[in-house]
Amino acid sequence: MSNQVAQQFISALPHARALGMDLVTVQDGGATIRMPYDPRLIGDAETGVIHGGAVSALIDTACGAAVLSHPAGPMSVATLDLRIDYMRSAVAGQAIVATAECYHMANSVAFVRATAFDDDMDNPVASAAGTFTVTALAGKS
Amino acid sequence: MTQRPAPETVQVVKQRRDTALRALTDGIPYLNYLGVEFDRRGDELTAVLPYRDDLIGNPMLPALHGGATAAFLEITSIIVLSWSIIWPEFEKGDLTVDGHSPLPRLPRTIGFTVDYLRTGLPRDSYARARVVRAGRRYSSVHVEGWQDNRDRPFIQASGRFLMPQSHG
Repeated sequence: MSNQVAQQFISALPHARALGMDLVTVQDGGATIRMPYDPRLIGDAETGVIHGGAVSALIDTACGAAVLSHPAGPMSVATLDLRIDYMRSAVAGQAIVATAECYHMANSVAFVRATAFDDDMDNPVASAAGTFTVTALAGKS
Repeated sequence: MTQRPAPETVQVVKQRRDTALRALTDGIPYLNYLGVEFDRRGDELTAVLPYRDDLIGNPMLPALHGGATAAFLEITSIIVLSWSIIWPEFEKGDLTVDGHSPLPRLPRTIGFTVDYLRTGLPRDSYARARVVRAGRRYSSVHVEGWQDNRDRPFIQASGRFLMPQSHG
């Protein structure tokens, strides 16, 4: 049920669709989303590297999907804050994959961390931590 | 008594500044993809994110995607930070901004922290950034976004940037 909500979540998000995001896995408070390389998302024309802002959008979406898939069964989610550290530039031409984990669910706030990679799975492109508002925890009656 | 050179005409001044700003924004394809525009008054920049349906992140409310508005603030920070570096240079004539010569490399984001204060409504958004600390190697920028009412920001962020080193 919660997985279904999360699946619908991404396919119903106009901005996630616009950036070509694809849900890879989502279950039990974890989500992985892939964003293909796209010249429209370049942040520096000289290097061809994807803009940090597009990586933010990917990570924010992955975090939201992770929260929605949490067993506590939240019905809606909104970002409260998100901190992203950029460890290195993503390699031009490669897709970026973000994995998010909702590691704690309180009554009205979900706590999430996320990491983003390109093809080099040993060296993350970015890491993030955020809090999200949640409403109607169906699983916590 | 030496004669002071005649001041530049307002057209010359405006054209130089607008060309420099365009050269800066043209270097960021993602900025143009999101449709971000800059309103310039002297050296002050206000970024504008015109509403578009594909910026929506929550179709039920509806609300702007937090990633799109965060990206908007990060773009604003980078442009305002770069602008603050190149402004004194092209005003002095040390930097040619004919739209063809390359500008200094852009600052690189080290970290970006966003607070979502209110729901982003399906309408135009505005943002202004302030360089809190401009260092040779690192800089910090604070940026605020609003929609209808300047006193009711819907999003704020602070960013830490690595400065381009080709630039002494």
